[in-house]
Amino acid sequence: MIFCKTKGGWTIHLDFLQLLTTPFKQGQIPLLFFPARAEVLPEPLGLVLILASWNFPISLALDPVIGAISAGNTVVLKPSELSPASSSFLANTVPRYLDSAALKVIEGGHDAAEQLLQQKWDKIFFTGSSRVGRIIMAAAANHLTPVTLELGGKCPTILDSLSISDLEVAIKRIVGGKWGLCSGQACIGIDYVLVEEKFASILVELLKKCIKAFFGDSMPNLKNLCRIVSKSHFDRVSNLLGDPRVAASIVHGGSWDEQNLMIEPTILLDPPLDADIMSEEIFGPLLPIITLNKIEESIEFINLRPKPLAIHAFTKNERFKKKLLSETSSGSITFNDAIVQFVADSLPFGGVGESGIGRYHGKYSFDTFSHEKAVLQRSFYLDLEPRYPPWNDFKLDFIKLAYKFDYLGLLLLLSGLRRIFKRSN
Amino acid sequence: MAFFDAAAMMKGLRGAYASGKTRSYEWRVSQLKALLKLMSFHEKEIVDALRSDLSKPELESFLQEIALLKESCGLALKELHRWMAPEKVKTMMTTFPSSAEIVPEPLGVVLVISAWNYPFLLSLDPVIGAIAAGNAVVLKPSEISPATSSVLAKLLGQYMDCSAVKVIEGAVPETTALLEQKWDKIFYTGNGKVARIVSAAAAKHLTPLVLELGGKSPVIVDSNVDLKVAARRIIAGKWGCNNGQACVSPDYAITTKEFAPDLIDTLRSELEKFYGKDPLKSNDLSRIVNSNHFNRLSKLLDDDKISGKIIHGGQKDIANLKIAPTILLDVPEDSLIMEEEIFGPLLPILTVNNVEDSFNIIKSKDKPLAAYLFTNNKKLKENFIRNISAGGLVINDTTMHLAVPTLPFGGVGESGMGAYHGKFSFDAFSHKKAVLLRSFAGDLSSRYPPYTPKKLNLLKALVNGSLFGILRALLGWHD
Repeated sequence: MIFCKTKGGWTIHLDFLQLLTTPFKQGQIPLLFFPARAEVLPEPLGLVLILASWNFPISLALDPVIGAISAGNTVVLKPSELSPASSSFLANTVPRYLDSAALKVIEGGHDAAEQLLQQKWDKIFFTGSSRVGRIIMAAAANHLTPVTLELGGKCPTILDSLSISDLEVAIKRIVGGKWGLCSGQACIGIDYVLVEEKFASILVELLKKCIKAFFGDSMPNLKNLCRIVSKSHFDRVSNLLGDPRVAASIVHGGSWDEQNLMIEPTILLDPPLDADIMSEEIFGPLLPIITLNKIEESIEFINLRPKPLAIHAFTKNERFKKKLLSETSSGSITFNDAIVQFVADSLPFGGVGESGIGRYHGKYSFDTFSHEKAVLQRSFYLDLEPRYPPWNDFKLDFIKLAYKFDYLGLLLLLSGLRRIFKRSN
Repeated sequence: MAFFDAAAMMKGLRGAYASGKTRSYEWRVSQLKALLKLMSFHEKEIVDALRSDLSKPELESFLQEIALLKESCGLALKELHRWMAPEKVKTMMTTFPSSAEIVPEPLGVVLVISAWNYPFLLSLDPVIGAIAAGNAVVLKPSEISPATSSVLAKLLGQYMDCSAVKVIEGAVPETTALLEQKWDKIFYTGNGKVARIVSAAAAKHLTPLVLELGGKSPVIVDSNVDLKVAARRIIAGKWGCNNGQACVSPDYAITTKEFAPDLIDTLRSELEKFYGKDPLKSNDLSRIVNSNHFNRLSKLLDDDKISGKIIHGGQKDIANLKIAPTILLDVPEDSLIMEEEIFGPLLPILTVNNVEDSFNIIKSKDKPLAAYLFTNNKKLKENFIRNISAGGLVINDTTMHLAVPTLPFGGVGESGMGAYHGKFSFDAFSHKKAVLLRSFAGDLSSRYPPYTPKKLNLLKALVNGSLFGILRALLGWHD
């Protein structure tokens, strides 16, 4: 799916490239400036740095590269060292197909990133955690380099009451949106679910059934599931279950295979809200379910926390949809599905607040790596005398009237009759 | 200045924002109308404050500050419904069936840090954008223009909803205290040095920025032009804009060796028409804002490297902080005056053999906020537009692009990031939220595990848009 997404992105850009690289706006100009022509011309920023993440290591590397190239920039791509096979693939394959004088792949870890960040870039595009996002932005500040930061956060999923048939679809989409996305290691993956207390048990049962159908029923038999990327992330995620209060809330799963870095799809029911599992982005296959008295309380719950990259809401209640839309803030909000907004190229993909700065996908990728240069063309004709000093009352009147498009007033002024009809300010 | 409790102020503003009042159309309109009223009823007070801070001529105060603001406010009031409306967007095969839209929403609580040279305009223009987009806003005017800062604090305090729109006066301590808070956006107008400090503070909170900075904005003058009009427009953009103390003023000029004498003669004669034989006595020239900047500019003129290069002007009146329009010819590239943004009434003219050579000079420096070209040569014009990168370009005039509300106004590289004016102001202070509405119907089982080759083939065919491929996959034919 990820590979295909990139392929789709490439096709779109080829089609639109002609359109995108020509001036596309005609400014409407106040008559005071007549004659004039105004337009906005997109131009490349110059040399850009793309720092990719490890969870979708091919698409999160190449998708921004597509934007950078179509906008006319030269690019340095640094894939994540946590996905070494993909990094190696990119480093070996990209130069065989692309102009390596203008697009370079630099492999490496922290040291390589630090060295790269000391240089002056015309743009930095980073996908990763908020913690590292701050480091990137601080480095960019030294050179006044603009940044796009695609970060994450705890993406909540709200599950309202639904008919059985709709609920079955919703369950599939939730399970797919949690564990079907790199085993929960995805920025827009479902982090936790909010549901009314009375539906909690049926939710847990249906989730269990679906998990079994998709991934198998127990640890040794698990399939169609990614592993955790590294030992340190494995430790991080498994430690979230180390808190005894959290462990006590496990209602499904909870076991792991340390040797193969696999953690079983795990469901928790009402873990304590002050535990790490509910304050940090999980980025793993653990799904807390938080119960509420009424589903509308989910709005306040979400608003007490940093703005997430995505909100997913399964509901058919139009009033509740409107309320969610206007009273919560997130990078995106998807109704009745999960993560599929990632492939909707006409929608901007990006965060807000802690979940990120800037956006991309489709034309937004082109825009994010472009400078929109304003161009105003004037003629030598019709040069307005009142524009120039020495100033006097006549000129001041003229300018004021012309600015207000008060042509009658202008006419009166020019014919000397204005003083008779002069209105006070 | 008594120290203020920034954290307590933020708490109050967050509360006001959380109440939802700033999001309503009615609130935004009421505040924009209040700004219009304030400008109409207190025009004289504003003009007087600008005269006190900068000896700014009344026409400049009207045209370049008040009129632009009234336009900005008026446009926002007229277009707000449209700007606030969700934008429906097309959806693709991959998300069928679905509908999608982009919904603009406020960022929250934003900070506007203004500059001293257009202290009224550069304070309220971003504030108009912030309010139109539904945010709560704190304005910190520049302390270097104290009379305007004071008038802003007084008038906004009187006319605006003070629970959500605040003015904090002060200098470095107050600005530092403000920058320690977590803002949803910071809009800064000023110089690159302070911009780096603002950016570093913003990075701690992942706060997005608009930085409206400056640079050395060049003006190229080709030979085949209406020289009188060109000269007047250069003068208007340089000395007619706060006596060169404007981010978009032409900083230096480039022309051919052959044409330079004509250009200089015309500039001289038009300067005399505009400002008289003794420009230090003209009421139509702003003064230098304070003695720091006066000394800075004096140093540029005292630089050994440019001795003998002053060919017009150079007179100074230290008591009144006035410097006459000054032209220099062929100063060395490594002189002080060519290294930093001048921001004053000194215009170096560099000469080249061919006018095209001017492009290399411009490209050797940081990208400026603006670049200007006077020419009737179509090819040169096209070359300039395509190859010179700057915030904005103007052909056959100077500075006017900032008065066109449909053009984004902002820099690139060292001259800044982000843009505003017109709808761009609204956008600068908004988050454009992506909204995707899906149906429960038409659920594609191929997207769920267990994954099989058949599912993979079907999905590949769908993404490739190949009907034949889809058919093959459905029928179970494999490659």
